[in-house]
Amino acid sequence: MNYQPKRITLFAGHYGSGKTNIALNFAFWLKNLGKEVMIADLDIVNPYFRTADSADSLKEAGIRLISSAYAGTNVDFPALPGEMYAITEDKSSFAVMDIGGDDRGAYALGRYVDALNTENNYEMIFVINRFRPLTENASLTMEVLREIEDACGMKFTGIVNNSNLGDLTTAEDILNSLSYADEVASLSGLPILFTSVREDLFSEIAEKSGEEKLLPLKLQRKIVD
Amino acid sequence: MGEKVLMKGNEAIAEAAIKAGCHHYFGYPITPQTEIAAYMSKRMPKIGGTFLQAESEVAAINMVIGVSSTGKRVMTSSSSPGVSLKSEGISYLAGCDLPALVVNVQRGGPGLGGIQPSQSDYFQATKGGSHGDYHNIVLAPASVQEMATLTQKGFELADKYRMVSMILADGTLGQMMEPVEIEEVSDNQIEKPWALTGTGMKREHNIVNSLYLKPDLLEKKNIERFEKYKLVEENEVMYEEYMLDDADICVVAFGISSRVARNAVNMARAQGIKVGLLRPITLWPFPKKPLFEASKHCKAFISVEMNMGQMIQDIELAIRCSRPVYLCNRTGGMIPSPDEVLQKIVEVNNGGAK
Repeated sequence: MNYQPKRITLFAGHYGSGKTNIALNFAFWLKNLGKEVMIADLDIVNPYFRTADSADSLKEAGIRLISSAYAGTNVDFPALPGEMYAITEDKSSFAVMDIGGDDRGAYALGRYVDALNTENNYEMIFVINRFRPLTENASLTMEVLREIEDACGMKFTGIVNNSNLGDLTTAEDILNSLSYADEVASLSGLPILFTSVREDLFSEIAEKSGEEKLLPLKLQRKIVD
Repeated sequence: MGEKVLMKGNEAIAEAAIKAGCHHYFGYPITPQTEIAAYMSKRMPKIGGTFLQAESEVAAINMVIGVSSTGKRVMTSSSSPGVSLKSEGISYLAGCDLPALVVNVQRGGPGLGGIQPSQSDYFQATKGGSHGDYHNIVLAPASVQEMATLTQKGFELADKYRMVSMILADGTLGQMMEPVEIEEVSDNQIEKPWALTGTGMKREHNIVNSLYLKPDLLEKKNIERFEKYKLVEENEVMYEEYMLDDADICVVAFGISSRVARNAVNMARAQGIKVGLLRPITLWPFPKKPLFEASKHCKAFISVEMNMGQMIQDIELAIRCSRPVYLCNRTGGMIPSPDEVLQKIVEVNNGGAK
């Protein structure tokens, strides 16, 4: 994928838009470029699907995971560990931040905003999926964007189009979502940094769209068939 | 039909309710069903409906009683401990013959238990769960699509029989995302002459109440209500059969367990074991007749549940204990794996199961 990463990459967006999955795939992508990488799970909203579920594969890849000690347990507690400050303190490593969904999830980011702005080497990515009910068109999507920016006090710097219908996603669905992503880009004035696609659809979409900024996605967790 | 969208089970329930004309929601947050309330809080203001986060579960269910009295479609949702708190109000709804939709996205119990998925409120849901002689209609979805369609079916049945319909889901179904299509359905097919809508000085006033001062009248009312329940048992049983026609072994599972069980049945069939699946969709009324029919050719039954064994009792009753019923279960927030279920099927097939 032709994309120049900043030291810190933040993924935020509508609830269920695919942030955790993209954040994980992006961390592995960075690692494959030979970078030192840490990934931080700032999701204080949903205790069910979390970055920490992939702890084993992250460890294997040599990616440092920073997450609540309570992740994956029955403790439904919106706590973040002090270790989170490594993201802004340890400038020798690239960092990926997985932010919780919607404005409610973005509140947790507030504590780190000053340090992020001071260093000024971050990309704050808005993850969008036009097949999600509350972001099904560009103007609804813009509402979510503004709510998140207001909640955390930071501005997005780019967009990732993650439009998908889960297992049923076809290449056609993703190709059809490109104009939606363009509309969000034009309304917000933000660039589309890349489009994320399920890995089995990657070559078909690359061929049909001529798009170079594509991130192939491996699904990180599935409970039942 | 609308366009397919990617939704969490909890969101699908909320959107399906709105599209079934439910414009009044009262709730209180609890994991793993909070997305229902969160979704309602975003959508209801846009359609001029009511989203209200009550001060407690007890308050929320009493608000449901109020709106239902006026004949409007209304719902509440919670997870296991919260449903216990709502139980008093559910009994009052039954005693007042009021329709309502109550959603339970189950988590591990008893007590505060845990936040991971469970099916351990089966007894509570199907045996009434609160005080007095009464039943709820209990619907058990097994996919995000069914979270939507059974929510709409639940409103229809609730109105038709003036009963509480309960969606008995679990944390997995609430949280998992699948593509779903949600239809717009009408909410005014069933007349509600009993509703408190104002007399307009043209008729006698209606009374909605569960208090009876004379015991003989209360007895009469209860007997009438059970005549109605008999109709529900005759007409509204829903279930799905899978590879059951020639089966020697019948696996019985509902909700998320049935998805695991179905995989295990496929794996066992690949090994040449004649096994099938019966999935109850209504847990009350329970599919007694098809189970009894299956007992004529199945030599054993296996109940797959995420609890310590609750539905297994209803299976034993349905087949009059004529065949052994084995339990394959996980509990406390754990989900059985297809391999665990397969192992049980193999054991039962070899005659070595306990």
